[in-house]
Amino acid sequence: MQNHPVYTDNDPQSELSTLNLGPTHPATHGVFQNVLQLDGERIVSGVSTIGYIHRAFEKIAEHRPFYQITPLTDRLNYCSSPINNMGWHMTVEKLLGIETPKRVDYLRIIVMELARIADHIVCNGVLGVDTGAFTGFLYLMEFREAIYEIYEEVCGSRLTTNIGRIGGFERNFNAIAFNKLRKFLVDFPKALKEFESLFTRNRIFIDRTKGVAPVTAETALNYSWSGPLLRAAGVDYDVRAMNPYSSYEDFEFEVPVGDNGDVYNRFLVRNEEMWQSLRLIEQALTKIAKEPSDIFHADVPEFYLPPKEEVYNNMEALIYHFKIVMGEIETPNSEVYHSVEGANGELGFYLVNDGGRSPYRLHFRRPSFINYQMYAPMSSGMLLSDAIINMSSLNVIAGELDA
Amino acid sequence: MGKLTNEELLKNIQDQFADKVTVLGEPYGLLTLETSRESIIEVLTYLKNTPALQFIYLTDITGIHYPEQEKPIGVIYHLHSLVNNVRVRIKVFLADGDVHIPTATTLWDGANWMERETYDLFGVIFDGHPDLRRILNVDDMTAFPMRKEFPLEDPNRVDKKDYFFGR
Repeated sequence: MQNHPVYTDNDPQSELSTLNLGPTHPATHGVFQNVLQLDGERIVSGVSTIGYIHRAFEKIAEHRPFYQITPLTDRLNYCSSPINNMGWHMTVEKLLGIETPKRVDYLRIIVMELARIADHIVCNGVLGVDTGAFTGFLYLMEFREAIYEIYEEVCGSRLTTNIGRIGGFERNFNAIAFNKLRKFLVDFPKALKEFESLFTRNRIFIDRTKGVAPVTAETALNYSWSGPLLRAAGVDYDVRAMNPYSSYEDFEFEVPVGDNGDVYNRFLVRNEEMWQSLRLIEQALTKIAKEPSDIFHADVPEFYLPPKEEVYNNMEALIYHFKIVMGEIETPNSEVYHSVEGANGELGFYLVNDGGRSPYRLHFRRPSFINYQMYAPMSSGMLLSDAIINMSSLNVIAGELDA
Repeated sequence: MGKLTNEELLKNIQDQFADKVTVLGEPYGLLTLETSRESIIEVLTYLKNTPALQFIYLTDITGIHYPEQEKPIGVIYHLHSLVNNVRVRIKVFLADGDVHIPTATTLWDGANWMERETYDLFGVIFDGHPDLRRILNVDDMTAFPMRKEFPLEDPNRVDKKDYFFGR
């Protein structure tokens, strides 16, 4: 299977030049290699090479117990790790038939929507940088820091969060976390508004993004696009609305859609999603106030590690601790597909279980991997500078691309 | 939304294909079917193009390996009907040494990389695929790493035996 494409054009009469965009190019924000044939500044054809940070997570997952797979999911889309973590927990809960209390669902929604905001901050901020406006990025980046501080209060880490456990959270949200969250909800809308007024009607930004890389709804569906990219093309498919998980059905939010799927539309859709995420977080906070404040995990002692002080003083807790760590709990012999709306699209987990300690097979449906395959074909005929901002607005995350 | 139940979907499929499609079950509400590689494209085309079904969205293609089975290599398709909000899972099992299956890139351009990934990890050869190369692993790799016989760690290492870690 060595039918490589011809990378260099050896015809001396040819006017085309070959450009290696990546694997480490400052404009690609990650390890992406595209070998482009250029006619002047116009791209004639391109070939994407991926896999530079392939870490064989699916293979590793076959050798790890369920609770040790959460840190692997962190490293898929590392701009919004909590969504991956929650998606994985919910997949296992679906397999085991665990019902989580409402408060857990709402806390999860808070964390997931914060992650979505953090991801969109990076994408839209960097889109500004790539079109020549650094200011907007700096306005928003401060708030990604604020989000990371909230994660820190909840789980102790910032980027690769490993947040939550099967059945709920490892600890309750403390008062500092809620205070930081409330402060974020007051401060962030101001900054987002400022960011929007800086870009949305900015002549230079519109000239650079409007009409760049338009995608029709048919093409987007044909390429199995999902997430903000598919919605910018005009298809209102959002997993949160269509197959609600984690009690999203209790919430009111809108699914923003664009019309022609160009870079400008994607920018607008992501901005609007940040506003909707804020709405969701505010609703979740109101709903949480009505729930008993000491519940932060489901009552599933077979899967949820007991607190250490109980392990030392309580026989049942000690037994469960051993059973969980040594993997002696029976699990159903079945298969399950569960998907969540990741920041980039439908993040799916296909888990085949044989009743053992670790999955028989675990497959991640990674939106970046599936979204990115259109990049090279859609770049033909595009200006090189447009291809750069197109990649930026696809928001492909190398970890999720390569798994 | 949710206008189409699994029973209606199954009836539709069975009316069309009779015994070419067998039902494997409905784990967690997701209808799972098995078909042969001779019928897979026919089944996918029917699901995609029938106005009452409209499985226009290819969610995923992946593989699985059951070394003890007569046909050890499985190819698994997840389709989603965005109109009816129903998903369906279709499996095709292939004999070792004859892991050929027709490509779905004729129906969805998005199948391209999914099939390349399945080829890369399981060695499934998708006949008619426009560019069937490895995608995640290096080109000169000879093994198919997601098959069960492929070890996770270098077997010659003595310091990292699984039993040290309770595995």
